[in-house]
Amino acid sequence: MILFDPVWTALLYLAASVCFILALKGLSSPRTARRGNLLGAFGALVGVATVFLSVRLDNIPWILGAIAVGSVVAAPVARQVKMTQMPQLVALFNGVGGGAAALVGLLELAHADDPWVRLAIVFALLVGAVSFAGSGVTFAKLQELMTTRPVVFPGLPVLMAAVLLAAVGVGVAVVLTGWLPLALLLLVLGLVAGVLLVLPVGGADVPIVISLLNAFTGLAVAASGLVLGNVLLLVAGTLVGASGTILTRAMAAAMGRSVAGILFGAFRGGSTAGSTAVSDRPVRSSSSEDVAVLLGYAQRVIIVPGYGLAVAQGQHTAAELAQALEERGTRVDFAIHPVAGRMPGHMNVLLAEANVPYESLREMGEINSEFRTADVALVVGANDVVNPAAKTSAGSPIYGMPILEVADARQVVFLKRSMRPGFAGIENELLYEPQTTLLFGDAKDSLTKVLAAVKGL
Amino acid sequence: MDGIGLLTITVLAVFVGFEVVSKVSSTLHTPLMSGANAIHGIILVGAIIVAGQASGPWVLAVALLAVVLATANLVGGFVVTDRMLEMFHGRGPGKALSTRDRAKAVKDKAEDRR
Repeated sequence: MILFDPVWTALLYLAASVCFILALKGLSSPRTARRGNLLGAFGALVGVATVFLSVRLDNIPWILGAIAVGSVVAAPVARQVKMTQMPQLVALFNGVGGGAAALVGLLELAHADDPWVRLAIVFALLVGAVSFAGSGVTFAKLQELMTTRPVVFPGLPVLMAAVLLAAVGVGVAVVLTGWLPLALLLLVLGLVAGVLLVLPVGGADVPIVISLLNAFTGLAVAASGLVLGNVLLLVAGTLVGASGTILTRAMAAAMGRSVAGILFGAFRGGSTAGSTAVSDRPVRSSSSEDVAVLLGYAQRVIIVPGYGLAVAQGQHTAAELAQALEERGTRVDFAIHPVAGRMPGHMNVLLAEANVPYESLREMGEINSEFRTADVALVVGANDVVNPAAKTSAGSPIYGMPILEVADARQVVFLKRSMRPGFAGIENELLYEPQTTLLFGDAKDSLTKVLAAVKGL
Repeated sequence: MDGIGLLTITVLAVFVGFEVVSKVSSTLHTPLMSGANAIHGIILVGAIIVAGQASGPWVLAVALLAVVLATANLVGGFVVTDRMLEMFHGRGPGKALSTRDRAKAVKDKAEDRR
């Protein structure tokens, strides 16, 4: 087969790199997001086609077969997954990418004579393995194959420190000797470190960890690029590593948390541990019929959807309820907190899927001033994002997090599973206010009952 | 390419990476993460190179495993991101509405009602 001249290869890799940059740029703005993603896919296609045409490759039928297997497994899953399960799928794809980067590093060890190259291999191996195992645990947490609460045991910090120290020691040895069994040991240490890193993270913080591991995988890919002297891998991996870091920080900031607090908070017995303390102060709970009357005769209702709605998969029922109310002449908006749902922006996707019109999906900054004109704020499965403690109590773990000002509405209705505090484990004073009504139950069941009652008004 | 050349590229790519996502609305955090996730699936190129130069059956087997994993990351990543964004674009210009358009939409709705 005739191979490309190295200059052409370099130019095509450059073109693919530019596609990736424009893809990330496009994904940062709603108008261009889909085009950006397609441009990224196009860049990947260019990159993969180029490698076939520019490097002498054996085993091409095998390689094509493996690509077919990977595509046939991943594409249908990605097509058919329920939108509520999408975060764990992203975690899974991220993990396998990290695994691939680690394996590439491992196999290149035999050809690495230069200690600098071996250093890059050690990095790809370790970080790729951390990302693979860590993503596996996040997948298990989000899929609820294991507890979503932080898993901490005495000695965890010591074990983690020991594993990291051992990894550094073994890593140095691999750089010096290039001995394969040591590299395998490093791989195992990386896997253990990945598991230990994610275990103490609580359910609602898991998306931020996915984003962090995403950045990790990017860095592992960049290191593989250094090992292979491949500029495309280097640029793409570095881009993802850098943008992923910024994104992780932005996500954490939207939740009023720090990345370090999320990763190590549970060690200190800090906020992520949560609590199940239930206060016995009186609250006003009511029936679905009462809530229906409240909603049905309101002029303006603002629905605040949260994590509980996403978990109960009640987004379609919420959309139907909104529609039923609109037909009665009530104006209904959805107030979307930046971190509502299972991931930042996840709630917009879920509600858009349930056919809620865009004009009704309102961002926090925009709608906060409108709560005072609302007759009813209907909070469905959200708690921390409407907790006034974020504004008033300086010692609170969520202090400083921007919240939706539901307290300004004339009436506040909470659909809640129980009195258990939200993820941050702090009481919500709003639940005890006179204007607040509670309807206990699974978000979807409650919405269904309220919907039936509204239709019967 | 020499070490300094690679270092230059890396450092510049870091700054580009910081810069391109610096002003992203929280609505797009999830699709952006997912899209970035798909992009690092380009490790497929590395896996192909390693598999194409594999000497023994074991090396080939491990390299092919890397190819399968990387393909899953790349293909699955772009497909799932597209599905997320499809939701955003399915009906009308959506988030691209300016405040004025949105005010108009609300007013139109109110008039429909009358």
